[in-house]
Amino acid sequence: MSPTIYLLLSALLFAIGAVGVLVRRNAIVVFMCIELMLNAVNLTLVTFSRINGSLGGQIMAFFVMVVAAAEVVVGLSIIMAIFRTRRTTSVDDANLLKY
Amino acid sequence: MTGPLAPAFPTVDYGALAPVLIVLGAACLAVLLEALLPLRVRGRVQLGLTLVAVVGALLAVIVRATSGAPAVSTLSGAIAVDGPALFLWGTLLALAVPSVLLLADKSVEPGGAFLADPVALGEAEADQQAREKAGVGARSASSGSSGRAGGSSGASGARLTGRGGRPVEGHTEIYALVLFALGGMLVFCASDDLLTMFIALEVLSLPLYLLCGLARRRRLMSQESAVKYFLLGAFSSAFFLYGLALLYGYADSVKLSDISLAAAGSLRPDSLLFGGLALLVVGLMFKASVGPFHTWTPDVYQGAPTSVTAFMAACTKVAAFGAILRVFTVAFGSTVWEWRGVLWVVAIVSMLIGAVLGLTQTDVKRMIAYSSVAHAGFLLLGAMAITPAGLSATLFYLLAYGFTTVALFGLVSLVRGPDGEATHLSAWAGLGKRSPVVAAAVTFLMLALAGIPLTSGFTAKFAVFSAALADGMTPLVIVALVVSAVAAFFYLRVVVLMYFSEPAADGPTVSVPGPFTTVAITLGVVVTLLLGVVPTAVLGWADGLSFLG
Repeated sequence: MSPTIYLLLSALLFAIGAVGVLVRRNAIVVFMCIELMLNAVNLTLVTFSRINGSLGGQIMAFFVMVVAAAEVVVGLSIIMAIFRTRRTTSVDDANLLKY
Repeated sequence: MTGPLAPAFPTVDYGALAPVLIVLGAACLAVLLEALLPLRVRGRVQLGLTLVAVVGALLAVIVRATSGAPAVSTLSGAIAVDGPALFLWGTLLALAVPSVLLLADKSVEPGGAFLADPVALGEAEADQQAREKAGVGARSASSGSSGRAGGSSGASGARLTGRGGRPVEGHTEIYALVLFALGGMLVFCASDDLLTMFIALEVLSLPLYLLCGLARRRRLMSQESAVKYFLLGAFSSAFFLYGLALLYGYADSVKLSDISLAAAGSLRPDSLLFGGLALLVVGLMFKASVGPFHTWTPDVYQGAPTSVTAFMAACTKVAAFGAILRVFTVAFGSTVWEWRGVLWVVAIVSMLIGAVLGLTQTDVKRMIAYSSVAHAGFLLLGAMAITPAGLSATLFYLLAYGFTTVALFGLVSLVRGPDGEATHLSAWAGLGKRSPVVAAAVTFLMLALAGIPLTSGFTAKFAVFSAALADGMTPLVIVALVVSAVAAFFYLRVVVLMYFSEPAADGPTVSVPGPFTTVAITLGVVVTLLLGVVPTAVLGWADGLSFLG
């Protein structure tokens, strides 16, 4: 099977993640959608690595995983902090700053 | 050990990397000290360490720049230490000095602007009102006040005032966070391949997200700004990363020079190249708060502690535009005619949004945020002209704009009401009568932002616009001039408000700043004046710099 199909799959996953970020209300779910986008990129990298016949893309996927893990730590702590003061994680309720 | 499996260690030019190593090393040391030192001395030691590291790194940059050492690409081509990189490093580190001083100041806000406990509710009654306004008061009051929140409000009160009513020292880990962010910025604008750039982007962003949420007052706004910045920042870095992946597919490498080579002759479809470029640019423009990718800017500028805003506004802009310049010049310089049309639109949208929405603002910090969006449009004009003149003009603009902004936010933090900073424009009425010195300094900086002659803003705009004209962007320059005139209106509105209206009876007080804030503001004002009156020295340095590769 041609590896191109994995490129299409990863583009689809990326798009699902992006749409999820835009339409979901819960900060945790929004964050999960961002993680989906990052992992879609990992799939792209690995597929291109296969197509190009070079290992660079697979190495890069590891870097992306590490960054994603660091992002989880920071992101969840921020979401936790706002949950403890507001008792909600809905991004619609965070509306003190606008216009 | 020889043979086919012998690892090929990349050569590391420690001399060239010294500024980055000093800053990141100090950041690691700061984390260690945070764990080991007793609370009494921690703040002072951390501040000393931070200042020594920043000034030491600045000296290393100056030594390197004056020694005439050739531009090198080190760490097997991950980081390029060339003329523009050294200029940007110098700018970043020079801006970090006043920013750190503002962060460390405890004279304006007793105990500092940061909270000792990131999840404590904070002291201001305004927060309670805001909670009720936000419609979460009733539920959390009933469920929380009996249990957790009841305990925590008593505890947080004790934590905030401490023994004898003295405010408890705020966070000391802000210094480690600032050093990490600064290290990320240094790498970001010098990175010679996209993967390094992505890692640096995260290293600079993650500490900034946290710093935004640490304000002592107005906790809810501060946390909200952190959440917004984090979610949108992570969203945009995912776009950056997808762009990186597409370019890797196109060029089989993420080194900027390899992408440029591949663009000259590759069998792969161009859609990969330009799709990758577009996604990459989205991520970069977000960080630089350009045009339609600016939505986080006003919220985060307003919600974050003002000293953090000063650091973020000045240094992130420098780092992001440094990276934009490098990507455009080194990787996409050969295809400039294919993509520049799109960026014309982005630049125009950015300038218009900044100027028009800036007119409608009633909060000083939000107004400066929209002004920064307009300035990002001007900067993009210089960055799009892939010429030596465009490069030097943009570098000069970044330096000038950075110092003006840091000083301006320093002044914003001085105007205070009963519940913290009074950033509403109406509170600034009659400030000229209350505090002539502060009002004069604000006026001068506003004129610099508007681009009036004898300030750095004029020189910078003149340089950028003439570079853009020389590169055939006449329509854009005309738009930029019109936008400058529109934007001048809202800068001057503040000046008029300060001098020509009567102060309200219950108006804000202007704090007398301690030595740290005074030094930071003075530095910003003096540099703004010097760059306006005698810009030749710095322009001369910026002239004739060129990227490696």
